[in-house]
Amino acid sequence: MTAITHHTPDALLAAYAAGSLPQPYALVVAAHISLCLECRAAYEAHQAAGGAVLESVAATDVSEGLKSSILALLDTPVPCEPTYQRSGVYPGPVMGALKGRLPRWKSVGMGVRQCILSAGHEGSVRLLYIPPGQAVPDHSHNGLELTLVLQGSFSDDTGRFGVGDLEVADQALEHTPIADPGAPCICLAATDAPLRFTSFLPRLLQPLFRI
Amino acid sequence: MLAVRDSRDRVAFAELFDHFAPRLKGFIMRSGTGSGQAEEIVQDVMLTVWRKADQFDPERAQVSAWIYQIARNRQIDVIRKENRPMPEELGEDPSAEPEASQILAVDQEVGQLKQALTRLKPDQRDIIEKAYMGELTHQEISAQTGLPLGTIKSRIRLGLERLRHELKDMR
Repeated sequence: MTAITHHTPDALLAAYAAGSLPQPYALVVAAHISLCLECRAAYEAHQAAGGAVLESVAATDVSEGLKSSILALLDTPVPCEPTYQRSGVYPGPVMGALKGRLPRWKSVGMGVRQCILSAGHEGSVRLLYIPPGQAVPDHSHNGLELTLVLQGSFSDDTGRFGVGDLEVADQALEHTPIADPGAPCICLAATDAPLRFTSFLPRLLQPLFRI
Repeated sequence: MLAVRDSRDRVAFAELFDHFAPRLKGFIMRSGTGSGQAEEIVQDVMLTVWRKADQFDPERAQVSAWIYQIARNRQIDVIRKENRPMPEELGEDPSAEPEASQILAVDQEVGQLKQALTRLKPDQRDIIEKAYMGELTHQEISAQTGLPLGTIKSRIRLGLERLRHELKDMR
């Protein structure tokens, strides 16, 4: 595997640690941290800073019974939460979003396929499958778009992105990612708004495909 | 915390409660949660600390950092009614004997972070607190240039060395 060269920006890591990142982005950041030691170290540093804040806030007295009621609950068995392991190219958090099943792809034309993991008022996150040499339809977006490469690679005006690389595109960037020759490119992509296509026809199809 | 993790020591857990429960309650109430609900969250967090104690790794995190993340996760889960996506665990060898020098290094870093916090001007400190209480968006955080985050940067470097060291041992 080639080394990861495009990392999660620090503000996104801090917001992720603090839990203020919308869910679609949080999934991409969790997947990136699963693949990238450098960003894991940075994430843990933000946890340490959060811990220092926790230690420094003014303490508030808790009710008298709280301690004893917690101590009494220590032996109560709790159902095990499922944990999802990495499967193939899909990191654990992505498998979690897939509920442990491999993605069910839906064609969006030109050989490109997608599998929507979630779509709601906070934005959407999907897996994209792009055959080698194929372009993701020309698009711009209303807000921030995060794209994490899980297999293969793609290139656009800003550079080349291989496995583990994270592209951060803001609304100013109108880009055309093209999958490089070799293995099909599989990406995890999150936006805070539906993608806007710049050509007319895909724009008509957009509501149908939710792309 | 290690006594809780390794020998399921209830007295040690009660001490952890005495230290952290009032801080957790203060921390949670700062973001506008009422006293009753804050205590419910404190209860959930402390029970998670007991149940997931085996995931605590003193070579990588101080207790406060670990409990901070559990608390934020719980607060978010309560608000959103869904689980926050979490990174994969690193899958370390649980039987490995922790290195005292590593644990000391982690403690020293957190001491430095705390000191750095106390040296901040009140308005800067307020921004840092808001950021780590989840009250700022990532855009707002990235707009805060010039905050003295140097201590965090040095911790990132140390943390990276530690993770590489740990992964080398696993292979």
